Amino acid sequence: MIRTIAISSQLLAQGTFVRDLVGGHIEIDTGGRRLSGKPVASRKDTRVSPVRAAFSARHLRAGLLSTIAAIGLAVSGVPAAHAQESVEILNVSYDPTRELYRAYNELFNEWWTEQGNEPVTLRQSHGGSGGQARSVIDGLEAQVATLALSADIDVIAENTGKIPDDWQSRLPHNSSPYTSTIVFLVRDGNPKGIEDWDDLVAEDVQVITPNPKTSGGARWNFLAGWGWALKEFGGDEKKAQDYVAALYGNVPVLDTGARGSTNTFVQRGMGDVLLAWENEAFLALEEQGEDAFDIVVPSISILAEPPVALIDGNIKSDAQREAAEAYLEHLYSPEAQALALKNFYRAWDTSAASEEDIARFPEVELLSIEDFGGWAEVQPTFFADGGIFDQIYEGQ
Amino acid sequence: MRTGILRSASPLPGFGLSFGIMMTVLSIVVLLPIAALLGRGLTIGPADLWEMVNSQRIRSALLLSFRAALIASLFNLVFGLVLAWVLVRYRFWGRRLIDAAIDLPFALPTAVAGIALTALYAPNGVFGQLLAPFNIKIAYTEIGIWLALIFIGLPFVVRTVQPVIEELDREIEEASATLGARRIYTLYRVILPTLTPALLTGFALALARSVGEYGSVIFIAGNLPLQTEIAPLLIVIRLEEYNYDAATAIGLAMLLISFAMLLAINAIQIWSRRRMGDV
Repeated sequence: MIRTIAISSQLLAQGTFVRDLVGGHIEIDTGGRRLSGKPVASRKDTRVSPVRAAFSARHLRAGLLSTIAAIGLAVSGVPAAHAQESVEILNVSYDPTRELYRAYNELFNEWWTEQGNEPVTLRQSHGGSGGQARSVIDGLEAQVATLALSADIDVIAENTGKIPDDWQSRLPHNSSPYTSTIVFLVRDGNPKGIEDWDDLVAEDVQVITPNPKTSGGARWNFLAGWGWALKEFGGDEKKAQDYVAALYGNVPVLDTGARGSTNTFVQRGMGDVLLAWENEAFLALEEQGEDAFDIVVPSISILAEPPVALIDGNIKSDAQREAAEAYLEHLYSPEAQALALKNFYRAWDTSAASEEDIARFPEVELLSIEDFGGWAEVQPTFFADGGIFDQIYEGQ
Repeated sequence: MRTGILRSASPLPGFGLSFGIMMTVLSIVVLLPIAALLGRGLTIGPADLWEMVNSQRIRSALLLSFRAALIASLFNLVFGLVLAWVLVRYRFWGRRLIDAAIDLPFALPTAVAGIALTALYAPNGVFGQLLAPFNIKIAYTEIGIWLALIFIGLPFVVRTVQPVIEELDREIEEASATLGARRIYTLYRVILPTLTPALLTGFALALARSVGEYGSVIFIAGNLPLQTEIAPLLIVIRLEEYNYDAATAIGLAMLLISFAMLLAINAIQIWSRRRMGDV
């Protein structure tokens, strides 16, 4: 510590503090010489204007700290007094569910407190489905996973043991409270006349879809196209592979996630058709206006089941388990199902939903993942290193 | 009496403490992650590592990453020098503003830079629209990658060369002129040799930064395998496949190539120092 002492009435000296001496004097080290004298209290500079004083370092620091504290409180969204006893749940989800879970978290807490419980602090994390699964494997303390495909939850179960292998049978409908499908989003008036999967491989058509390696949604896109081609060519896998190769040959930008592709198509004006989650397509229509795009429903698509699961290994207390289980189960309640329908997901229970939300969804022939042998078979065949997706690029 | 082995006689106190702090921080931040990467690589074994890296897709991604970084850094070398020269030697309106703006790429999140560049150069963007009639595409092509890398690498060259230009003695230039040298000759034989070490340092920094850049490139690249897929993206893809070993292999390959390049640049630097004397 640097101290200043008065040696005489005129002379001051500064140096590192050494020891206290009797009579309030101290000894300091000035770099070679030791001096002693009466310590000088830091002088107040009377010439400093009040404005400058207000912005002095100390004030600024205090102000900054209280600002940070205030922001911290606002972000955590809990009164400080409750912070310790409140139960916290982190839900890791994939990209397009932001709007759904923002609304559902409110709905859940409302219902949960009506049941006489303390409100739960619900935190959300969104990103590419595969990346989210990897975060959990690498140690992210999430209690609930709501991902784009069951393969990603299987991987968590396999690698961490934090989820039992039979997780998918713990909740109704393969643990998928809502489903969706893959549709085409085209520019207004459908200038390229895109009606079905075979139009996507036309020479002058540009298709926007994310990379199935990094995006769960893109795997559904790929499989829907593959399923159509298999049926079209009478089960000839070689021809189906040529078809998807031609399809990806028309892709000018391969984004890493579903939201990225939507932005590329909607904001950057790239491409003629976007292969999109049905809910993303409706959302784009809602945000950009009905006259910006049209939705085209192909003859065959796929039933995309985004599953939900409790991550048992990350549950810290009984109270947390109770809340997390209720959080997932309540997704199947009529109100939550109506909310999912309102957010453009196909839900099972339509009893509480408005007519408009139900009527929105066109009838379409849907393949299911079981038609392809389930994710356990699909994942290595199509999307692993050297799988069919890699082959269509490396064979070029 | 005890004298430390590492400690040389110095009038400056605090060697032990500052050395300790330096080593701790260096270990935590730099050495440990690299050691972890190398350690993981060792457990895999060189044969398997080679197997995982030796595919057409990875080769073309590595080639793209290093080629784009090299092109962008060479551009920055020339343009950064001109920029630094103008900022130091001339006085004009807005000089301070431009000088401050040079640091912007340091401060801006790279994702923001990538998105902004993409928005400008996409076919429906402000610049993209102007270029579209000539069939010039920038976003979603390799040129877009260059652009992003030029953006993030520029301040490295400018900020390393600028102080050296400030220190340049104008009298030497005047002496060169009075001895009958033409301007070009003075530039090549007097000014540039003095700046070479600083230029090389700036070039190496920009290059190293560009090779590993992910955030900004990912938005503007298009990310098509074999065409516009950069090596860092391939690492991310391998991670998404939970294939940590293959990701390690690509990471090690990048580390090795970068190391070789930096070594070469350092060698040139030492060579130019010897030739020119210490500058």
